[in-house]
This record gives sequence, structure tokens and C-alpha cells, in this order.
Amino acid sequence: MMFLLPFLMAAAPLAEPPAAPVPATTEAPVDWDKEFGVVRKERDPVTGEIPVDPYVQSDANAGAKPYSGEGLARAFGGQAGIRRITDRALDLSHADPRIKAIFEEHDMVRLRRTLFEQVCYLLNAGCRYTGRDMKTAHKGLGTTRADLNALVENLQRAMREAHVPFAAQNRLLAKLAPMSGDVTER
Amino acid sequence: MPKSLVLTALACAVGALVSGAPAAARDLVSFDSGKLILTNGVTTIEGSGGGGLATWATISGMGTDRAVGVSAHATIVELPDFRLDTHGIAVGIRDRVELAYARQNFNTRAVGAALGLGRGFQFNQDIFSAKVRLAGDLVYGPGWLPQVSVGVEHKRNLDGAIVRAVGAKASAGTDFTVSATKLFLGASVLANATLRVTKANQFGLLGFGGDKHAGRSVQFEGSLAYMITRRLVVGGEWRTRPDNLGIAREDDAKDLFAAWAVTRHVTLTAAYVDVGSVATFAGQRGGLLSLQLAY
Repeated sequence: MMFLLPFLMAAAPLAEPPAAPVPATTEAPVDWDKEFGVVRKERDPVTGEIPVDPYVQSDANAGAKPYSGEGLARAFGGQAGIRRITDRALDLSHADPRIKAIFEEHDMVRLRRTLFEQVCYLLNAGCRYTGRDMKTAHKGLGTTRADLNALVENLQRAMREAHVPFAAQNRLLAKLAPMSGDVTER
Repeated sequence: MPKSLVLTALACAVGALVSGAPAAARDLVSFDSGKLILTNGVTTIEGSGGGGLATWATISGMGTDRAVGVSAHATIVELPDFRLDTHGIAVGIRDRVELAYARQNFNTRAVGAALGLGRGFQFNQDIFSAKVRLAGDLVYGPGWLPQVSVGVEHKRNLDGAIVRAVGAKASAGTDFTVSATKLFLGASVLANATLRVTKANQFGLLGFGGDKHAGRSVQFEGSLAYMITRRLVVGGEWRTRPDNLGIAREDDAKDLFAAWAVTRHVTLTAAYVDVGSVATFAGQRGGLLSLQLAY
């Protein structure tokens, strides 16, 4: 360590405090958020959601045409069953070491509502979809095919736990699978 | 000092290559085992990814489009008069390219003595194959667009003198395949169609080309399967084959199979197989058992 000594000694004068006392400042502290144009989004006091940029609401944003008939809605236990399944799939994903980082940075309040609406709409269980289209909603998330597969596995587990027949599970996945190009990044 | 630097650099490089951590997703070689269970398919008796008899457009191994996958298999086919053992390894690169090697050992048992080859004579064959996914995805993307791959299988029969003696024109041959495979989720059905350009006799175990037909012909391989659960698939396959040898008729091959993903990495396949007449011994119907390990 002795060889470091000359460097330390040479650096010593620079480390001395300035001789003149610091003048009392009258300027307000810098608002760095303002300097960098950061807009802090507050959660809506009623819904608890963080607002998103304005968009045109349409069922078409759900990304697929809904099934007709009531069979699938019944297989999923109606709206109450669908809500339990989508909540469970998100809980599993939020705790899944493979993909939890994506959800930790996400507005889970809004996602819980919009994912429920989307599944409920696609299964013809009596919902409108009010969320954004898949491409906009997933922009910048950087999700990969492996992430998507992990999410599918969590959704499958949630459906399995809710005793949704396997063929009915696949009918839902059949509506979601073609959206892969919009929800992952190359 | 330079030596330790080199060692350190090597250690870092190896560490980066073998690391499977998410942060290493863009490394040259990373394993993610990220495919959905069973969507890697099983291994054909020729070592390529597919069903049992038909080559599929799937890429072997559990790796997704940003990773590498590997798989190994061992298969036995027990027929009334013959027994086929195959084993091999396959590498899947970014769910795009598959490279595979398989060894086939075909035991003629008592037939060997009847043919003058000696009881338990074995025909052996090496198969080197490559497959490239051109378009589409088995599971995702537009429902009308299947996963489409082209492949090449180079087969080297190790008993050249004998296969030529039974009438084969060559002891080595190359097959070309084009496959389209799709999982139709709405029906829980997987469908595959493959065209194979080949001159192989009994998969190449009896050589390539013959007195009846010397050149290549176009053959069809179809698979239809139903997913009972996430881990269990049942189905059937049909594979047409050339009939090149005058002394021994060759029939289409068919199977009925069940594939069970015991875990994400272990798949067991059992099948009832009918390959018809083999080396003048008709009615070769029996059982296939296959074990695949995949990462």
C-alpha cells in the first residue's frame, strides 16, 4: 500500500475546504422534476388509478372479437369467476421471479380492472372493454416471448385452480395468442 | 501476470456464456427453458424435433427466441421381428435453427439369421440434421399462419456393403423436408403436415434408392393431436414412404401416440406403431417408447 502514499499526498491540497465562507443563498432549491420535464402523475382519488394519456375508448381495443353464446362465461364462473381468475393470474405474476419486475413498475389498480374487462368482454360475460389497445398498453415494457409464456402459465394456473375445463381455457388463449406481436418486443 | 489476466478474461467470458440470469438475456448462449410445456414437441426416430414418425416445424429444446435450448432422447421401437433403438441430441438456437444428431441401431434378431446376416445382425445409421424456422409460430401470431420450417437430414448407413447387396443404390442419402405445424387453441388440436423429398429405404436403414426406383420421391407426413391437459397429448400420425426395393415391399408407417410431460424438462412418449412390411417380413406392428430431456 505504501506506493499509494505519493498519490494521497499529492491529492491532499485539493481536499482542503475553500478558504472563503459559503455565501448564504437566496435562491430557491432547484426543482429537478421541472428542469427535466418530469410530470408526477397522482393517483385518481376515486378510482386509485394513475391517469394515462387520452385515447378513444372502444371494444375494438380488446384486440379480438368476443365469443357468442353463454357457454364460456359459464365455464369461467361468470363475472365473479373471471375477476377471481384475472386477479389470481396477476397476483401470481407479481410474485413470479421471472416477470415480477414488469409488474412492480406497473399501475396494478388499472391493470386489474382492464384485464378483467378484456377477458370478460372476450368471453361474452357482459362487459365493455374500456382500456387501451394492446400495442399502446404494452409500449416500452420490453416484454419478451419468455415473459409472455410465463404470464400464460400463470393464467393457466389461475384457470386450473378455478376448475375451468382445459378446452375452455384454450378457447380464451385462442383469443389472446394472436395478439403476441402487439404485446412483446423483438 | 499476463497469464492470470488471460485466465480472468476467460473466466469472465465463460461466465457470460453460461449465465442463465435474466440480465444475460442477450448473451451469446443463455438457457431460459421458456417455451410452454410440450410446445417443443418430442423427438422423431430420426432425431429431429416433431412427433414420433413425422418431423414437425418445431425447434427442439425449451429455449425461446432469445435463448438456446438443448434436448436429448432415447427411443425403442419393439416390433414382432425387429427392434429399433435410436438416441441423439439436438440444439435449438433462438427458436430459429435446430441442429441434431441421432444414431439408429436396427436389430434384425432371428430375421438376420434367415437373411444370412447372422442372428441379431444390426444395421446402424448416423443422421445429421438441420432445420430452420422460416415463418409463423406454433402457438402465437395469426391463427391461420402455422409455424413453417425447412429441414435437411443427411443419413449415413454404416453397413454399405450389405444394403447394396439387398439392392440399394447408395449407403448415404439426404432428405429435404418442409413442415407446417400449428396448435389450434380454439379446438385444443395440433396439426402438422410435412413434405419429404427422399430416396431412403426403411428410413435409410436399408440404404437409398433401389432397382424399382433409384431417385428421390415426394412423401407426406401428417400428424393430428388433441391436448387433454397442459401435460398430456394424444394423437396419430401417418407417413407415406417410397417403395424402391424389388425384393422387399415397403408400406406407409402409422402410429397412435400419447405424450406426457412429466415435468417441464422430461417428456415420455408411448405409441402403437405399424410400419407394415420390413425386409419381406409383413405385419410389423408394435410399441414405441421414448424419453426426452429438454432444456
